[in-house]
Amino acid sequence: MPKDGAPDVLTTRLDDFVNWARANSLWPYPFGTSCCGIEMMATLSADYDMARFGAEVVRFSPRQSDMMIIAGTITEKMGPVLKTLYEQMHDPKWVIAMGACSSSGGIFDTYSVMQGADEVIPVDIYIPGCPPSPEGVIHGVMRLQEKIKNNKAMLT
Amino acid sequence: MSNINTGLQPPRKTDQFEEDDKDIFENSQMLINIGPQHPATHGTLRIACRLNGEVVEESKSEIGYLHRGMEKLGEVKTYHKFIPYTDRLNYCSALQNNVAYVTTVEKLMGIEIPPRNVYIRTMICEMARIIDHIICVGINAFDLGAMTYFLLGFHQREEAYTLIESLCGSRLTTSYTRIGGLSGDLPENFLPRMKKWLDGVEKTFKELDKLLTNNRIWVDRTKGVGTFTAEQALAYSMTGPCLRASNVNIDLRRDRPYLAYKDLEFDVPVAKGGDVYDRYLVRLAEIFESVRILRQIVEKMPKGPIWADDKRVRIPDKERVYNSMESLIHHFKFFMEGFDVPAGEAYCPMEGPNGEMGFYIISRGGPKAYRLRIRAPSFFMFQPVDEMIKGENIADVIAVIGSVNIIAGELDR
Amino acid sequence: MNLQFPKEKIDRIKARYGDAIEEVVIEKVDVPVFYIRKDKIVDFLSSIRIEDGMEYDFLADLTAYDDNPPASIPEYGLGNVVRSGGSHRFCVVYQLFSLKFLDRIRIKVRVKEDEECPSMVPLWKGANWLEREVYDLYGIRFTGHPNMTRIMLDQRWVGYPQRKDYPIKKYQRFEGSSTLESLGLEEHPRHNPLEEVNSVSAASPLGQRTADRSNLKGPRT
Repeated sequence: MPKDGAPDVLTTRLDDFVNWARANSLWPYPFGTSCCGIEMMATLSADYDMARFGAEVVRFSPRQSDMMIIAGTITEKMGPVLKTLYEQMHDPKWVIAMGACSSSGGIFDTYSVMQGADEVIPVDIYIPGCPPSPEGVIHGVMRLQEKIKNNKAMLT
Repeated sequence: MSNINTGLQPPRKTDQFEEDDKDIFENSQMLINIGPQHPATHGTLRIACRLNGEVVEESKSEIGYLHRGMEKLGEVKTYHKFIPYTDRLNYCSALQNNVAYVTTVEKLMGIEIPPRNVYIRTMICEMARIIDHIICVGINAFDLGAMTYFLLGFHQREEAYTLIESLCGSRLTTSYTRIGGLSGDLPENFLPRMKKWLDGVEKTFKELDKLLTNNRIWVDRTKGVGTFTAEQALAYSMTGPCLRASNVNIDLRRDRPYLAYKDLEFDVPVAKGGDVYDRYLVRLAEIFESVRILRQIVEKMPKGPIWADDKRVRIPDKERVYNSMESLIHHFKFFMEGFDVPAGEAYCPMEGPNGEMGFYIISRGGPKAYRLRIRAPSFFMFQPVDEMIKGENIADVIAVIGSVNIIAGELDR
Repeated sequence: MNLQFPKEKIDRIKARYGDAIEEVVIEKVDVPVFYIRKDKIVDFLSSIRIEDGMEYDFLADLTAYDDNPPASIPEYGLGNVVRSGGSHRFCVVYQLFSLKFLDRIRIKVRVKEDEECPSMVPLWKGANWLEREVYDLYGIRFTGHPNMTRIMLDQRWVGYPQRKDYPIKKYQRFEGSSTLESLGLEEHPRHNPLEEVNSVSAASPLGQRTADRSNLKGPRT
């Protein structure tokens, strides 16, 4: 390692390689609650295949996945459940808030709706739309892939 | 075979355990918690089962994880502004909810809609029925391992989305109807494309019928599972395909005709068993009946205006809004303040894909409702699930939940 | 709106159940509405289910509404709040459907604010969750109900949201889930070995990103 602390050629190459591998094999964890869940199912189905982006293996267990897609409204009753499931995911993990309801409460500004999933967990990518069309979801996944590839942290 | 000694003891019955094992095995029941997050299909609900081995002895279900306060929103938003919220109730068949809501408000105001509008609304109700049944049966099959049904059926749903998108601009949450009219007339090439889609649906479902209906595995997994008799179903106020699968011949389209159903010929499938297999058969038969109804509608579609001739609700056309001051002011007042609905109350149920879907609106004058109650069929259909799964194996619980088409949006509202 | 219901049937119902009926409304409604006295409602409904010529045996819906909200209501965008007068506060509504004659009527029962309404669970098992929902959102208790608890909201919620004097944006946040105790199940302590590493606490940089709203109880600003 050089004296000024800048990462060496070998470690940057390794970083890039690891990020490339992570970005292209995101295993989604679909947390579908309401209408966006149907559009998420449409994205994962044959017509707008999200498996092309490496998200082939949809794992319904938080321990086996690394990308949580929150599709739908998060209510006050569901918040603790979401937090429990998020904490069970292993690092590195990313969260996509799909749709208006999970980004900011959507059209439901009422007594029982959390105004966004980011009231309980940190979110990386917000996809607008009500519901976002599958092209929008795929765009969100691609932006997440760029975000992962730009990650400069040393193998965390 | 009997010469092989694996060293394993044969399984012992619960009451025959020896003294030193008794404390471990005394309470040999297991608690299993299904939900509120489980494979992204049925929505957010929780079923906690107490199992004895594999058999469910008692179960308690809990809802409310998607309670969004829609009935309270109905009192705060004007009648027109509430239309997008109705899409989010039964989001698999959003068009049906739009029609049901708008019909109730029109009944309160005493508005008659022209024939073309009536036929278009009937057409979108039947399209909604087909796509809802595609999802319900597809997901039921997917849970039990038959993935082909889901993937092929979903392709037909995507074709329907293309049609619906050309109609109103959105795939899933449509907000197509307006009070006294529709947001836009049918586009140019709609009816020929609809005919092509119907041919596609019929062909696909004839193939899928051959895949599952006489399939040994499917029949074994679904026949005799979750049986519900007619008396039980009526005591729980179930409606729709689940009630018709329990040998009760009630269908609001035929018995209390609304929209254009009195001019159309269709049959109502009824099954006698009341189990998961019968519900699957009823839904499959309803898809074919809906295709038949849609073909008749495509032939008989009348020409004419789609807006009712009532200046309280007629949204002015865009050309007039941009060119005439009075239309601009009318447009502004319509969307900002709303229109007055006379005092009264109305309840207009329709035969939705899931059952009797209706809105009960109490109006005390003014632009907003006093009470807006949503009679959602999933709420009534999820209640008896506790009784349906008593005595079933844990693997059958999934089959039962899938067959009782629960849409969380209308379950919790 | 015209009432498409034969007048002689209304007269027959009035003649048969005269003493239980407080009021009959046939103006500005789509089906006849019968206001029944609260102490006679169970007998009325059990009898009209099997009565010849009526047979209203299918409970299509059970709900309630806030007929006479209190004088001062917080300002949150309600429409025309017209009180109907009288000493009661709520009206419980039963929508009945006859499977034989294929028509509908509507039954209403006037309930005062802290009074209880008799439960219909012995007549229709489906009334179970419907009455729980009315209790959850309005606060009307039903005597004889097997499990009078909240259904839509968290068990620790305070207040009844659907009443006219509950503002729409007044939210309440709770820690953890009260579900397992309410279901009569015990919650075993969860062992999550990643809890120290993974949990989003206020100290970690991730935690700073989320707003801490755990102390807020009132309306959002």
